[in-house]
Parts: sequence; C-alpha cells; structure tokens
Amino acid sequence: MNTQELIESVVSDQLKSDADVPYFTVGDTLNIHVRIIEGEKERIQVFQGVLIADKGRGINRMLTLRRIVANEGVERIFPLHSSRVAKIEVVRRGDARRAKLYFLRKRIGKSRRLRDQRRGLKHTTS
Amino acid sequence: MERKRLMPAALLGRKLGMTRYFTEDGTNLPVTVIEAGPCAVTQVKTTESDEYAAVQLAFDDVKPRRSSQPLIGHDHKAGVSPKRWHQELRLDGDEAAGEYELGQRIDVSTFENVKYVDVTGVSKGKGFQGVMKRHHFQGHCASHGTQRKHRSGGSIGGHATDLGTGPKLKKGKKMAGRMGGEQVTIRSLDVIAVDPERNLLLVKGPVPGPVRGLLFIREAKRLYRSKAKLVNAGD
Repeated sequence: MNTQELIESVVSDQLKSDADVPYFTVGDTLNIHVRIIEGEKERIQVFQGVLIADKGRGINRMLTLRRIVANEGVERIFPLHSSRVAKIEVVRRGDARRAKLYFLRKRIGKSRRLRDQRRGLKHTTS
Repeated sequence: MERKRLMPAALLGRKLGMTRYFTEDGTNLPVTVIEAGPCAVTQVKTTESDEYAAVQLAFDDVKPRRSSQPLIGHDHKAGVSPKRWHQELRLDGDEAAGEYELGQRIDVSTFENVKYVDVTGVSKGKGFQGVMKRHHFQGHCASHGTQRKHRSGGSIGGHATDLGTGPKLKKGKKMAGRMGGEQVTIRSLDVIAVDPERNLLLVKGPVPGPVRGLLFIREAKRLYRSKAKLVNAGD
C-alpha cells in the first residue's frame, strides 16, 4: 500500500456510502439538508441551489451551490462527506456542457436558467 | 500513572501526509498522518554506564547494505534487525531507565491516553530568503516614494553601537540568508486518533519536514501558555 492509499484508508470510514449520495451532475438543482447545532438543540436547514462546481476527490469532495436570495446571488460550499450534510436530494436535472458553471454568475434574468434534461437536448435552447 | 511518568511516551515516526478529518459534529480538522513506530530499544544508558540516564530508540528496517558495519553490530547487540534511524530519549533517572530493556518493542499504543504531543522534525529547506519571509520583517511602503526597497530590511545599525566596541556588527543580526532545513519542534499538537493496527498517529495541524521525513514524537511536557488557556477554558 503506498503512502497516498494509506492516507485515504485512514479517513475511508468517514466517507458517505454510495447509497447515501444520489446520482447528480453539475447543473442539477439540489436540496442539501444541513445539520445545524445550536447549543444542545439540533435542527435541519435546507439549502436549495444549482450545483455549479463539484471539486475534489474522496474526503476532499466539495459541492458549490448557487441560488438567488432576495435578488442577491448566494453561493455555499459544502464538504460532501461532513456529517453536517445530512441529506442530498436532486430536485431538477439541468443540462450543462461544462464542468464548472461559473458563467452563471454573470447571467441575469431568464438566461440564468439551464436547460432541463428531461425535455431532451434537441428541441430546447438555453 | 506512576509508571507512565517513568516511561515518557515517545516514538520515532515518519510523516505520511495530510488530509482532513471530520469530528462527530461535522467540524473539519486538518490532520497529519504519521507512521509512528514500532520502535526498538537499541541501547539503555544509566548513570553508571554513561553518567546520565537515557534510552535509544530505533525506527524503520533498512537493508543491511544501506547500514554500516558498526551500526549493524550495535543493532545486533539489541537483537533487532538493522534500523535506519536512532535517537536518544533522556530519562529522569536510573529508575526510569530500568523500565526499558534491550530489544524491547514500543508501538503507537503508548500514545493511547495522550492528549497532546510535541513533534520534532527537520523543516523543508527554503533556500536563500529575504528578511520578510525569514524573520517576518515588515518591509517598506509600497508607495510614498519608496524606490527599490520594498522588501529590504532597512538599517542594520551602527558598526560599533551594539557591542560597544569593534568594527563588526552585533552577532546574530537578522539578515537575509539560508532558511529552513533546521530542527523545528511543534508543541502541543492535539492527538486526533491512534491506530495501533497500522501504526498510525493522527495529529491536528501540520508538522515540520517533507513527506516521508523523520519525526520525533513525544508526549507534550507542558502546554505553551495560550494553548493551556484554551484547554482550561474548555474544561
């Protein structure tokens, strides 16, 4: 076992299993259930947004979600394997040709939307 | 407890690299993975034999042809295969030295109840560096008429003032020069996890030196002041 594999094996038990992580790609709209701990109490907050970047491998995997709150763009980066990410749901499948959708930051209005994959690629325009 | 004090938890190890570690509440900790031990005791020194008490630890098997005849003989006397690294650990007295015997195996489980460790290693060589990087000088203004002196150290003082006499500067004047490649001890690192099966030790934060570099890990003798404050506040 080489050094890198050994390091990965140390944290492998912290990784979420495939069953806990649904299939999603960049461009999809996700609901991320965030566990928020306030003193003794614990509650769940849902953050919904478009996945604009999926970075890193293994325990370092990070999801960047973007949404619009009160006309202001908000981006949040989640460590996928943190226990604070309680659950991930796919809301809508978006069609993206790029791995990183940073161009969405400059888009305003209707052009901010992505094609929906369900409608098929042929007959839609972005 | 008494026995623990006699035998300070200490090991030689090798830095494997860094990763992240999530605690139960999801806090993200940066951790260094260290291959710690198993070490062999290759020499026990007492006040009778050497006028001080110490124990020599050896770590990492090495091919005999990579070792030297005297070292192979030294390791053989302790009944262990040739080792790459040997390091001495000073002990409080002969009583402590009596706890060790030649050829004894010490593994990472000695750290199982230890909360904080000091890690010593040789830092990465940085080459010839200026005073800002090497000694954290402030440098000069970016503007306000500063010309070609943005990162320089400024005056080095008069040549007679610091020592009182003579044509030379005070010794140890901080200037640009070779940086890194020296022994560094990082104190009071939190122990995150101990894995005796794979001889792994996880500590919070970075440790000196390159990946695969030699480290000397020992139980923290005492916490430095700000760390102790943090710990006391936690209790």
